[in-house]
Formats: sequence, structure tokens, C-alpha cells
Amino acid sequence: MTDLRELYQEVIIDHSRNPRNFGKLDAADRIARGNNPLCGDKLTLYLKLDENDVITDVSFEGAGCAISISSASLMTEMLKGKTLQQAEALFQAFHGLIMGENTPDRDAGLGKLKVLEGVKAFPSRVKCATLAWHMLHAALEKATQPVSTE
Amino acid sequence: MNGPDDSTPYGANGGRQGGMDVEKVREDFPALHQMVHGRPLVYLDNAASAQKPRLVLDTLQHYYSKAYSNVHRGVHYLSEQATQAYELAREKVRAFINAGDRREIVFVRGTTEAINLVAQSYARPGLKAGDEILITTMEHHSNIVPWQLLCEQTGAVLKVAPIDDDGELPLEAFGQCLGPRTRLVAVTHLSNALGTITPVERIIEMAHARGARVLVDGAQAAPHLGVDVQALDCDFYAFSGHKLYGPTGIGVLFAKAELLEAMPPYQGGGEMISEVTFEKTTYAGIPLKFEAGTPHFVGAIGMGAAIDYVNGIGLDTIAQHERALTAYGTQLLGGIPGLRIIGTAQHKGGILSFVLEGIHAHDLGTVLDQAGVAVRTGHHCAMPVMERFGVPATTRASLALYNTRQELDRLAAAIHEARKIFRL
Repeated sequence: MTDLRELYQEVIIDHSRNPRNFGKLDAADRIARGNNPLCGDKLTLYLKLDENDVITDVSFEGAGCAISISSASLMTEMLKGKTLQQAEALFQAFHGLIMGENTPDRDAGLGKLKVLEGVKAFPSRVKCATLAWHMLHAALEKATQPVSTE
Repeated sequence: MNGPDDSTPYGANGGRQGGMDVEKVREDFPALHQMVHGRPLVYLDNAASAQKPRLVLDTLQHYYSKAYSNVHRGVHYLSEQATQAYELAREKVRAFINAGDRREIVFVRGTTEAINLVAQSYARPGLKAGDEILITTMEHHSNIVPWQLLCEQTGAVLKVAPIDDDGELPLEAFGQCLGPRTRLVAVTHLSNALGTITPVERIIEMAHARGARVLVDGAQAAPHLGVDVQALDCDFYAFSGHKLYGPTGIGVLFAKAELLEAMPPYQGGGEMISEVTFEKTTYAGIPLKFEAGTPHFVGAIGMGAAIDYVNGIGLDTIAQHERALTAYGTQLLGGIPGLRIIGTAQHKGGILSFVLEGIHAHDLGTVLDQAGVAVRTGHHCAMPVMERFGVPATTRASLALYNTRQELDRLAAAIHEARKIFRL
């Protein structure tokens, strides 16, 4: 059960019970929807940008498992003040972390997000951890189709 | 084959549970005796698919290695042997559901294909815009989507009879959904998501009184309840081999002979023809008219072996064992703080679907898996049921003849462990 304690760390449980930046963002510039039909996770992500494409505000809402909600919550904490390019780089770095493909220097910029690293030992849960991030990626690319991790 | 780990309490009461020697039964299923994440497997995902007894595995091995040839084709020895075995399997299925005539048994890929066959081959030709198909809220997606496709094709209307908070199907409300334009009622015999055993006898009576035909989705019922299609007087009954301890890719559509006779073929190809010319093709008689192409006859023979296996123990004995286990599990899970069972119908099969306060089903599924306990988490291909109960997903433990009280104890212990991991 040690892997499970590694997966469900205090921070993850805290963020899943009390997600940060949770709720709808009025007048959002980018909105992305996503779902994971396998477990019923359903999220919506809202981004506000200024004229220089810096993320000035971000929020999300929806329902899901502890991994998907905490990942979304932690992601929103990291995004404020980032440019679209920086956000995209963060997406790539997080994806690398969960897939176990990162070099140490790429991990360095992830900060608190590293608590989700335990997911890589649970292949069936990778989709949960990356759902919000794929939505972010879609929002950055202005994709209009809802993201599905199926 | 190795037995379960010695540290587990299997067989603590001599193996006899509910009048059946469950330890002896478990010996017949090689897949049960393995370790998962370092723990002896507890397999509680039987509603999704059941494990296979050695009798079925040996039968498949025998027919592929010693008695294999195409059926209904050759005059040579092997082909005759295979054909006889295939037709004997049809007879076993007939007897299993007490159909009056072997020609009423059509082998298909599974319950899903059986329902699609009825939708396209029986319902579609006669359906007019505004005609109605009636289903219930607790249907599996396989008994929803084929009718939606049919409605799109014909302009027919899909009606849905409601269920109550226990997951029962109130007959009065069902009756109000039956109208002069109801052509077909398609209803589950045993709900995969809730465990409800529906009052199919009454449903069939009520539908017939209004001139509607009835299809019963027996995917969950066939392995656990005795099915008598003549006593039910259902028009169609569909079920799968793999949930009945048989192979995947094989299932059965029972349909009354006069309906099958009148229905056009579902697919064209070999085996289903009588004579082919470029001007006109005449079809084989039933049931072969509906079995285009080389059928999965080894699967059918394996399904026949599964029926032999089940009959050898006796469905009454199996049902008694599973009823006792269900009662035990219901009480056990009911004692866990924050756990709510979804589906509390009076007549229930061995399905324990539940939500746990503070832990999402998917997270719980991961913790249980690490404890070697295999359950299903999610919507169980019944999203409207989840919607009805206002939950995104449930965790479902589904029982079979080889499950034990000790396994349910392992499930409960793992749920308690999950609550600890989640600081509850």
C-alpha cells in the first residue's frame, strides 16, 4: 500500500476536497470542456488573457476523481501570470512527468505539481491526471471540440 | 494449479457455503488462483464477464486441436463431427431456456448483436413514424442505442418507463407508458447497474394485452436465474456466453419461430442461403437464415459446455448461494460509514453497486485493485441510471457462483483501508 500513500498524498487529497480557483469565470477569453467517459470526470476550464497573451485569471469547474480534480486545481494555481508559451511549456513538462519521460531540468519548473508524479505507477490513472492539462492545451490552441481522454 | 495463498481464510468453514461446496467449485476455475499486486485475486467483476471453468477451456482446446473443421459444409468426417457438436450446443441452449423448438435459437456474437438484430430485422421493416418503442431507465446502453438508431431510421419514438429510488420498476407507471402505438417493449431481466430483477412476467402480459411484442435483455439474468421463455411467453430473449462462464464472442437470440420465419435476414453471406443465382437468392430456413458466414461454432460448443457445467451444479443451488452472499455483502457494506448502496430493490441479483462519501469510485477502484480486489467502477454502460441517482459513477461488486464470504470480507477490509488512505 506504500504506492497508494505515494499516490494519494496529503496535498492531493486537500486539493481534491478544496479545489482552488473553482467556479465559473465570467467573460472568459478561452473556454475548454473535457471529459473522461471511463470514470465520469467532466470539467470545464476558463482562461482570461490580457492584450499580451498573459493569463490574468483562470478557473475550472466540474466533477471528477481525486486525481483529476487535484491536478486541475494545482494547474490553475500555476497558470496565473504565465504567457501562452510558458503555459504550453508547462503542459509539456507535466505530461513528461506523468509519463516518466522527463529530464531532471525539465522537472525543475514543475514545483508543487511534482506531488502528482506517483500517478506514473498507475497507468490506468494517467488519463485522470492529464485531463485538465489536455483541456489547457486545447484552450491554448483555441480548439472548440470538447477534449475526451478516451 | 496452485491454490490460494495459505494466509487467507479460504475454506475456513470447510468450503460449504449455502449448500454448495464453493471450494470445490473454485478448483474448477484456473483463473481464480493467481496473485494480483502480491495478493490473492478476489474477482468481483462477474457482471462484466465471468471466469471460465476447466470444462469450457478443455472443450475449446479439444475442438480446436482434435475435432476442428467448418460446419454445415463438408461431407467429410471432421465437418460432420463439428456440425453435430454445434447443433448439440444449440439443443443445450434450447433446453437451458426451455424454448419449444431448437430452430428458435440463433447464435450471435452476444446480447448486443441479438438486440441489434431484432431492431433491424424485426422492428425496422414494419415500423412507421410515430410508432413507439418502450424501454426503461435502467437499461444497459446496448438496450438503448440500437433503438435510438432505429428511431432515427424510421421516425419512431423512444419512450422510457421510470424507475423509483430503490431501482424498482413500478408497474403502474410502466403501464401508463404503454400506448396504442407501442410496437415493442425492450426490458432488462436483471439490471447490470442496480441488480434489480424486473417483473418481466407482468411486463410481458401487459405489453401483449396492448398488442406490443417484448424483447428481454437477459445478459445478467441467464447466468443466475432459471429462464423459461415459454413460461414467460416473451417474443425475444437475448443473452451472452461470456457472462455464463462460456467463451467471448458467442451469444444467443431466442425468438418465437413464427417471428423468425417472417423476418428478413440480418446479414447476407454463406450458410444463410438455400440457393444463389444472380437473379434471385432463396434463404435457408431458420435459424441458419440469421447465421451468415462461418459461425463462431467453437464458441457455441464452448457455451454448451458452460451450460453443462452450470446444470451440473444446478441453477437453484447457484441462485441460493448467490442470494446468501448478496445478503451477507449488503449487510457488510451497509456497516461501512458513508457507504450508500445504489439499487435496493426487493428482488435483486448479486450486484452490489455503491458510492462512498469522500472517495470517488475511480479512486476507490485503484485502492481495491492494489488489494487484489477486482471490481468495476464507472457508469457500467448505464449512464441514464447514474443520472437518475445523481451520481457520476459507482463502484460495483458483482457476484458469481465461485465467490465466498471471505472474499467479501476482503472487499470490506480494502474499503476500510481506502478510508484510511483518504483520511476519513
